[in-house]
Amino acid sequence: MGKAKDKSGPLARRPDNSAFKQQRLPAWSPMLTANTVLPFFYLLALICMLLGVWLLLTVQSTQEIKLDYTELGNCDQCFQLRKNVSYAAQTCSCKVEFSIDRAFKGDVFFYYGLKNFHQNLRRYMDSRDDEQTLGRNNKLKNPSSYCEPFAKDAEGVPIAPCGAVANSMFNDSFTLTYHPSRSRTIPVPLLRKGLTWYTDKNVKFRNPKTDNLTLAAAFEGTRQPLYWQKPVYDLDPDNPTNNGFINEDLIIWMREAAFPNFKKLYGILNRADASFTKGLPKGNYTIDISYNFPVQYFQGRKVVVLTTLTWFGGQNHFLPIAYLVTSSLILLMAVVLTLAWWKFGKDGKNMKE
Amino acid sequence: MNNSGPRYKRSQLEKRLNTDVLWCVALLIVMCLTASVGHGLWLNNFKDAGFQVDGETSPALAGFYVFWTMIIVLQVLIPISLYVSIEIVKLGQIYFIHNDLDFYNEQQDSRIQCRALNITEDLGQIQFLFSDKTGTLTENKMVFCRCSIYGVEYPHVENARRLQVYEAEQNEAAGRTVTLKSACSGKSLSCRSLSCNHSSVSLHTLTAESLEEDQLSGHAAVRTGAFCSRMAKDVVPDPELVRKLSCLSSSALHLKGSSSASLSGLELTYITDFFLALAICNSVVVSSPSQPRHMVPEARAPLKSLEEMKLMFQRLSFYSFSPLQIKGSPRSFTSKLFTRGKTSSFTFNTPPNNSTDGSDPALECSQDTCKLKTKVDLPDRGDREDSAAMSSGEDLESLMEIKADGVKQNLEGMGGDEESEEDIDDELLYEAESPDEAALVHAARAYHCTLRGRSAESLLVDLPGIGSLVVQLLHILPFDSNRKRMSVVVRHPVTGQVVVYTKGADSVIMDLAETQKGSEQAQEIYSHIREQTQKHLDTYAREGLRTLCIAKKVLEEEEYEVWLKRQLLAESSIENQEELLLDSAQRLETDLTLLGCTGIVDRLQEDVPETIEALQEAGVKVWILTGDKQETAINIANACKLLRSSDRLLSANCGSRDACGALLEELLSEVQHEEEREESSLDSTSSFILVIDGRTLEWALQEELKGSFLELSCKCKAVICCRSTPLQKSKVVQLIRDKIGVMTLAVGDGANDVSMIQVADVGIGISGQEGMQAVMSSDFAISRFKHLKKLLLVHGHWCYHRLANMILYFIYKNVMYVNLLFWYQFFCGYSGSVMINAWVLILFNLVFTSVPPLIYGILDQDTPADTLMKLPELYGASRTTKVYIPFMFWINMLDAFYQSLVCFFLPYFALAGSDAGTLSFGSPINTSALFIILLHQVIESNTLTWIHMLVLVLSAALYFGFVQLYSAFCVACSHPTNLFGVETLQITQPLFYIICTLTTVAALLPRILFRALFNSLHSSAPLRSAQRDEVAAERYRQRMKLWNLKHSGASSPQVHADNPGLEPIEDEVVS
Repeated sequence: MGKAKDKSGPLARRPDNSAFKQQRLPAWSPMLTANTVLPFFYLLALICMLLGVWLLLTVQSTQEIKLDYTELGNCDQCFQLRKNVSYAAQTCSCKVEFSIDRAFKGDVFFYYGLKNFHQNLRRYMDSRDDEQTLGRNNKLKNPSSYCEPFAKDAEGVPIAPCGAVANSMFNDSFTLTYHPSRSRTIPVPLLRKGLTWYTDKNVKFRNPKTDNLTLAAAFEGTRQPLYWQKPVYDLDPDNPTNNGFINEDLIIWMREAAFPNFKKLYGILNRADASFTKGLPKGNYTIDISYNFPVQYFQGRKVVVLTTLTWFGGQNHFLPIAYLVTSSLILLMAVVLTLAWWKFGKDGKNMKE
Repeated sequence: MNNSGPRYKRSQLEKRLNTDVLWCVALLIVMCLTASVGHGLWLNNFKDAGFQVDGETSPALAGFYVFWTMIIVLQVLIPISLYVSIEIVKLGQIYFIHNDLDFYNEQQDSRIQCRALNITEDLGQIQFLFSDKTGTLTENKMVFCRCSIYGVEYPHVENARRLQVYEAEQNEAAGRTVTLKSACSGKSLSCRSLSCNHSSVSLHTLTAESLEEDQLSGHAAVRTGAFCSRMAKDVVPDPELVRKLSCLSSSALHLKGSSSASLSGLELTYITDFFLALAICNSVVVSSPSQPRHMVPEARAPLKSLEEMKLMFQRLSFYSFSPLQIKGSPRSFTSKLFTRGKTSSFTFNTPPNNSTDGSDPALECSQDTCKLKTKVDLPDRGDREDSAAMSSGEDLESLMEIKADGVKQNLEGMGGDEESEEDIDDELLYEAESPDEAALVHAARAYHCTLRGRSAESLLVDLPGIGSLVVQLLHILPFDSNRKRMSVVVRHPVTGQVVVYTKGADSVIMDLAETQKGSEQAQEIYSHIREQTQKHLDTYAREGLRTLCIAKKVLEEEEYEVWLKRQLLAESSIENQEELLLDSAQRLETDLTLLGCTGIVDRLQEDVPETIEALQEAGVKVWILTGDKQETAINIANACKLLRSSDRLLSANCGSRDACGALLEELLSEVQHEEEREESSLDSTSSFILVIDGRTLEWALQEELKGSFLELSCKCKAVICCRSTPLQKSKVVQLIRDKIGVMTLAVGDGANDVSMIQVADVGIGISGQEGMQAVMSSDFAISRFKHLKKLLLVHGHWCYHRLANMILYFIYKNVMYVNLLFWYQFFCGYSGSVMINAWVLILFNLVFTSVPPLIYGILDQDTPADTLMKLPELYGASRTTKVYIPFMFWINMLDAFYQSLVCFFLPYFALAGSDAGTLSFGSPINTSALFIILLHQVIESNTLTWIHMLVLVLSAALYFGFVQLYSAFCVACSHPTNLFGVETLQITQPLFYIICTLTTVAALLPRILFRALFNSLHSSAPLRSAQRDEVAAERYRQRMKLWNLKHSGASSPQVHADNPGLEPIEDEVVS
């Protein structure tokens, strides 16, 4: 428009004869006809088919075992016990037995799972303070109002970590034992480190600055969430560097699951141990469970999952099947289109010639 | 009042859109209610669950809260941004309409003006077009065409030819000027052989000018003033008239007589008075680039002394300036009448009773050429060109003689030689109130009766052979529509008498000029003049010319004094001033002497017939609403091919309401009868054209007759309303708009079209000769009628399709995206939580997917422009099979639901039961939604340019850029949906890509399939017919080739191949 102003003379207001202004830009017309679509359809069907088959083969090689231990075996007692809130402080442990028919090869991942637990509720997801868990000192004792009513206890002592998410943290613990024979038992070593995302462990979750104090001193003036039995700086008695906000169980719990039925990583098989270098051998196993987390309030179930992973995640039969189904749908469409083209479209083609 | 004030115009599409937006609101409420009820019920199952934050809230209340939460979460469904987008798209469409080179008028240096920004798409839905006549279909550039003075018709053959040349030039493409030039020069050559040299000279200059006009294109427009087109300016004088006028000058020069003069003094004075009247009886303002207007330039020294001239005029005035003296009319008069063979009873007995000596030059003149005159006049009635040739030959003779006398002025004066004239005359610019006036002044100037200047009291006029004269202006009685005439009262420069010159509509002047005092013979002569003039007037009207009559009256001094007193009284009176003035004017304008009449042509604009034909093919009914006479209106309708020879004309003229009702019934039954007949006989060749005049229209528009008028007019192919008032025009438009409920378009150029333009759905003003009122009240202002074709057929079509598709796409986009959030509610306890970061959610509609639909709405072309121009049927087809109908809306809704289901549930099943977090789940969903939405547009687009590509790629890139940066750097932002680390991790995981690919492909499959099936099985009928035509033509050509080979040596085959007349046979073969 600026150019137009510069012009003067008799044709000052003549519009520019440019391809853009005259709407004559060279254009590609994506006229989807049978002729153009059919090759694309066949190619797409082929690609989907190959990908589906590849995924299917990959999934076939994985192994997974799922144990619903909510009321399994002697855990039933603990389940009944947890029904009553007044016994919440009482410890309860139980043991679950299972056997593996085929050896788990490679890395084996140990998950705990919950069913019907809605971590994705709006109010629940709101109820956390990312700045507190980021280790900002001013927020430690002054948690965000998002955390209400889990920001401070009845006496007004700030809760660290505050909020409903942290408060409801899953607190069962598991010990896996391998029974190569009836008499012999080998504890299966699980790595409880390196389970989280790098960014979470190193950036998003930080402990308050300790200034050469102990962690407990740093958290002084705060208290643990109401449902917790241990304070946050004492979550992992075995590994002092895994305490406070950077405790990996906490970090994993704080990443809210997308669906009410979910699993969260508990540990990875430590293949440094001589017996488990190739993964989990077949045989009998037991899991000793410290049964703390109550699920009867939401008709929930608790599971443990042992699985091996593939390059695209855990054992997932849906994706390969979906690919194969899509592929066959495309193929079907292509065939229909070919028939239609054969019957009617050819006339049009002839006409153009 | 005729004006009803501006009306807020809202497009049909927007009205339709509003209902769909209401559907969206309904959908939103249903979704929110579902979530609300669901949350209440779901909450009932739980008590003190670990994830419950507000355990004490009752489920009903929580449900209520969720309802409002969901309203906020899903509010994108209400496409508020759509309204903004529509405005932007319309702005873009307007930009392209505004910049269209085809709407540029080089002469006026004007583009199309888009004054309404919100009804572009209505241009694509027009069903009725109401057009004004003058200035809309025609140029409103009045060009002097022919005149009749003293009962003698001057056909101005050269002038008519010149007009044809102009037309031919305008029809030719600019690139073909070379051939044009040769054609023109050829023409001028033939002219040279036919007629005198000066006319050929002017033709030469004409062609030269037209070439110049083509090349410089528009320089002339700058130089000319209002109503001063070159067309109007360059009037080629009629040689016969020039010759007669030259008698005047030569007689003035050679008082002793000249052999070439050949007409009576009376006729000569008539002619002089006629041109003087043309030059001064007007309100034209003269200006020149060098001189400011309103100033009388100093009278150049007259070529002859004033005394000399006075002498001459006194001699002449024996016949001219007092009707009483007319009894001494020369016998040339009678002989002339005799030779015409119409008044053979006229006797010769009157001797040349003039009181002056026999050496009167004019008389001698006439006597000498009496025989010649007979020769000239006889063929005049048969073949005018011959006459022109002969008279011009004679004229040449006289010219030669004059030249020999060494009077250069004469050459300059009579020759019409523009080159020598240019330096003096072309500086003058005439600014007239109406184009007619300007045309007449220019015509007078062509005969060297030039208006040079004007001041309050006087006028400066050049007269042929005399030079500049100051005419004392006593009074101007301006034009008004009641009197239908205007007059000037002047003191004649030469005789000193008070003369009234009146110019006005034929009917009025003829009535006023009825009575004539004087001798019997004079009366007879006069009535003969009247008779002839009336005959000529009728001829002019039949040819579609605008006619004006010129008359004069000589006032005695006392008479004038008496009138002046009354006039002054009237002017100074406060009460009834208007009436008194009217009265005074009427008193003055009586007993007029008819001088002659003029015929002014108002040419049809270029390409009007083609445009109207195309519009009718496109299914647009074209009506003409004009204030003109019935004959003129029908004439123009004929000229612009609205009326064909096969059409049947139904005229409705009646005096009373009952008669009108009966007439309408009768016509209706006639039409119905005809239709039935045609149905039975299966040949539908003729269609009906209703011609209705203003009075009948008044009755027809009344409540009781509205129905039958509507029915009748709908059965007709076209309706011509003549003699209609502005209010009637708007009432007709309103009737059609409201009762039939169709889109109407009104086009006009004058103030009398304003109300019609405002009432119509789309009002188009033609910026032409008649001021700005129509333009100011219009929605679009164009400069030529032919622009309507592209405006409607191409831009209207495009705008409608673009906007309709854009709206559908926009709604689809919103529904599809919002549904993703809705499906998630089934998995999060209907709590209103989202799996997508809040900022991404906001920006998705606002930034990442907002520009592509705009580009789509501005640039998409469903059919190329030239195809749309070639096949007007496409316009009608696109109007009947609308894009934006409820069906398409629901199809799009359905598709949106399908796509959102796929886009949500494929990732859901892929990730169900895994350790995926909410945002990790949202990430592939959002990404595939983006791809689906963008690719959906690619499928829907008809054309993709680099702009589309750029915008699509940029949109996707912007999304990824934003999301990556946001998740890489923002550690504790957007509280509940903190994206930190999520997206950076996602793009490293193969699962993400696997999910996105599958989702995108699966979601787009149905639409691709549908499009492919639709496109390969079904293409629009007109397009196909066009293809068939092409094929047919091609086959035909091949067959002709074969035929040629067989019959080689037969008649030239190319001629046949190009002969379209043979095509129908071929069509039959093909079909």
